[in-house]
Amino acid sequence: MGEHVIKLPDVGEGVAEAELVEWHVKIGDLVREDTVIAAVMTDKATVEIPSPVDGEIIWLGAEIGETVAVGSPIVRIKIAGDGPAPVEPKSEARQPAPAAVEAAPAPAKKAEPAAKPPAPAAALKPVPRATTLGLPRPEGERPVASPAVRLRAKEAGIDLRQIPGTGPAGRVTHEDLDGFAARGAAVPVAGLQARTGVEEIKVIGLRRRIAEKMALAKSRIPHITYVEEIDVTALEELRARLNATKKPERPKLTLLPFLMRALVKAVAEQPQLNAIYDDDAGIIHRHAGVHIGMAAQTPGGLMVPVVKHAEARDLWDCAVEVNRLAEAAKAGTATREELTGSTITITSLGAMGGVATTPVINYPEVAIVGVNKIMIRPMWDGSQFVPRKMMNLSSSFDHRVIDGWDAAVFVQRLKALLEAPAMIFVEG
Amino acid sequence: MKEISCKLLIIGAGPGGYICAIRAGQLGIDTVIVEAVKPGGTCLNVGCIPSKAMIHAADEYLKVSEMASGTSPLGISLSAPALDLARTVAWKDRIVGRLTTGVAGLLKKARVKSVQGWARFRDGKTVEVDTETGLQVIRAETIVIATGSVPVELPFLPFGGSVISSTGALALKQVPQALAVVGGGYIGLELGTAFAKLGAKVTVIEALPRILPQYDAELTRPVAKRLEALGVKVLTGAKAKGLSAKGDALLVEAADGSEQKIAADKVLVTVGRKPLVEGWGLEEIDLDRDGRFIRIDEQCRTSMRGIYAIGDVTGEPMLAHRAMAQGEMVAEIVAGHKRSWDKRSIPAVCFTDPEVVTAGLSPDEAKALGIEIKSSSFPFSANGRAMTLLGEDGFVRIVARADNHLVLGIQAVGTGVSELSSAFSLAIEMGARLEDIAGTIHAHPTQSEAFLEAALRTLGHALHI
Repeated sequence: MGEHVIKLPDVGEGVAEAELVEWHVKIGDLVREDTVIAAVMTDKATVEIPSPVDGEIIWLGAEIGETVAVGSPIVRIKIAGDGPAPVEPKSEARQPAPAAVEAAPAPAKKAEPAAKPPAPAAALKPVPRATTLGLPRPEGERPVASPAVRLRAKEAGIDLRQIPGTGPAGRVTHEDLDGFAARGAAVPVAGLQARTGVEEIKVIGLRRRIAEKMALAKSRIPHITYVEEIDVTALEELRARLNATKKPERPKLTLLPFLMRALVKAVAEQPQLNAIYDDDAGIIHRHAGVHIGMAAQTPGGLMVPVVKHAEARDLWDCAVEVNRLAEAAKAGTATREELTGSTITITSLGAMGGVATTPVINYPEVAIVGVNKIMIRPMWDGSQFVPRKMMNLSSSFDHRVIDGWDAAVFVQRLKALLEAPAMIFVEG
Repeated sequence: MKEISCKLLIIGAGPGGYICAIRAGQLGIDTVIVEAVKPGGTCLNVGCIPSKAMIHAADEYLKVSEMASGTSPLGISLSAPALDLARTVAWKDRIVGRLTTGVAGLLKKARVKSVQGWARFRDGKTVEVDTETGLQVIRAETIVIATGSVPVELPFLPFGGSVISSTGALALKQVPQALAVVGGGYIGLELGTAFAKLGAKVTVIEALPRILPQYDAELTRPVAKRLEALGVKVLTGAKAKGLSAKGDALLVEAADGSEQKIAADKVLVTVGRKPLVEGWGLEEIDLDRDGRFIRIDEQCRTSMRGIYAIGDVTGEPMLAHRAMAQGEMVAEIVAGHKRSWDKRSIPAVCFTDPEVVTAGLSPDEAKALGIEIKSSSFPFSANGRAMTLLGEDGFVRIVARADNHLVLGIQAVGTGVSELSSAFSLAIEMGARLEDIAGTIHAHPTQSEAFLEAALRTLGHALHI
């Protein structure tokens, strides 16, 4: 019997410490080589730490949310002297740990064998995780269930994939199905009931980064927000036509690439807006390249991947890059490089864009352009009301370095470009 | 011209079609079934059932022949047996007759109206049937296509004369002296083995490098060994070229490229089966296809609303029990029940000597899916009951997931192992783990103990080896 210590590896260039954001194992778990043990987060990227050996976890060196220095031990694994540890009766006998239990630093307790099968009443309690042998079912894997259970689920209109199985190998049992059905049905018949209890959620990882960044932006930058409406009827027509006639290998155009190109034109005349304000040093860095951050909602929270050198990309190229970055951000594969270095930012909630927003500047930038929802509104053309596709832009500026006049000129320029979209593409 | 209408019309009364009709009848659906020949389809008339009858007769004949030759280890001797193949075939025909009559009775009991004749789509809701008494037009809300499959014909060996299909082989009045079997799949080997046991000199010609190519080599080895012992000559990597000029031999290009002449008074062509998609008006309704087959979804719906397809016409595996399960499901869907195809295992049995059973995934298939597996087999040579049956060749093999021991597949080869298929399939459908099989008492002395032992061995603690 030996022991293997896993230390926090060097997870990125110049990174001295990382925040532990997730434990995939708990004390007593048996792991195999390459099983992911933990996830740590550096500046913005999350890195998974795999086990290099087979063995049993006997010690965890940090709590979730704790910052760990590179090189410090985080896990100790007991390794069997002769080959991989057997994967049977012990784990079966262990009571399944409720999913909510923290990875407590309690010593690995020898759990008493499951003397009696779980009482039927257990069906109404939160469903315990599958036994250690029955690992939680990965996404996309077909649930294991007997034909009778499958038939009952089908008839009740229940998707078995939603039910964590408590049976051996994660099998969904009749009791699991009863429990699921009972919980599902309980909601409508229960009527109005007072609920007690407070759930504590630790703000860690990406969420903590977002919180810190937002607080910094709002506390340091006196925002000025300017809202203007844009008639995008012509732009939408152009976009529809381009999409209808595009080559199949090209991506479908959204509004974003057009806005990016318009932004490039507008900041060419007002370079003070495409800048980073180092307020500690009192220096404004005006950038020649236009690196446009695009706020994107991901399963983990807000991320801002960056389209680098938008000034050197044509419309299609912008669209390709926007799609690629959005996918990478959603999948969590965006690199640190792709998530930093923006000089100005666009935030758009698409159909959820509302009438007006008050965007928070992506500190230390000085401007952010917020896109609101396109709506058909009646517009007076001088003699009658005509239906036009209207969209508001809600843009915020750092009032320390951008005056209201400059902000207004900038937004009016954007408006002129977007309302006569041919102007976006005319050189000079 | 007569016209009737119904809620459900089923085209083809093979195992898929007649099960669908019976179940629909039970559920109170106004159902009509059309069949051109006899109820029971390929399976009852010219497939599963008659071939098993002939295989059994051949087994019995071989046993007594061995006893007569004094080679029986059981110490039984008797005088030389004689075979009257015409009577054997008549016996087989009586079984088929009883079963097809039985199916007709079951359909009647379920209040299903049977129409005999060749059906043809006029449009998506209307079918014309050419009956003995004239054209019958049937309008239906829902139509199930269950037209099945037919043997594939080789252009250079068209059926007729000495070239026969499996159907022809089951109706022979005499055992051929020399039989050439083109195609070493399960149909060719089942029938070829039977005729070898009845005294024919059998040569099997297979284009691929080994017989039963859909199975792995480990599984087919006992079959190849037995064929050799029975004197069946197997030419692998060989191509049939056609009949000789005189018609008394089959010309074959052997694996080494040399031309061989194989004397044969009958040539049995069993190179596979193809879906029956011609002659019934598929072109009128233009359904989406999946290769040669009709494309269906998980509820057996075709690309046209109100038209379902089941059985061999919808794809592999072309097996009667798959068609039956699909038929049952479709009847229930038509009755408004919520159903969809969720089977984990479609077992397949090959009635060669010894028999081969597969259920679920083979080790190679599981690995190809990227699953980390554990797999072990237990040989019948260590099983007491197999010894008493003179059936020590073969084994039971289990494939399970390495991480949670969920049983993914079970294969077996051995005497009489076809009857173990139900245990194999049940284990997979129930989501059994190796521990579930290992924890189940298997009756002693039976061959099923090999199943238990294979599970134990995969867990690392087999008891009898």
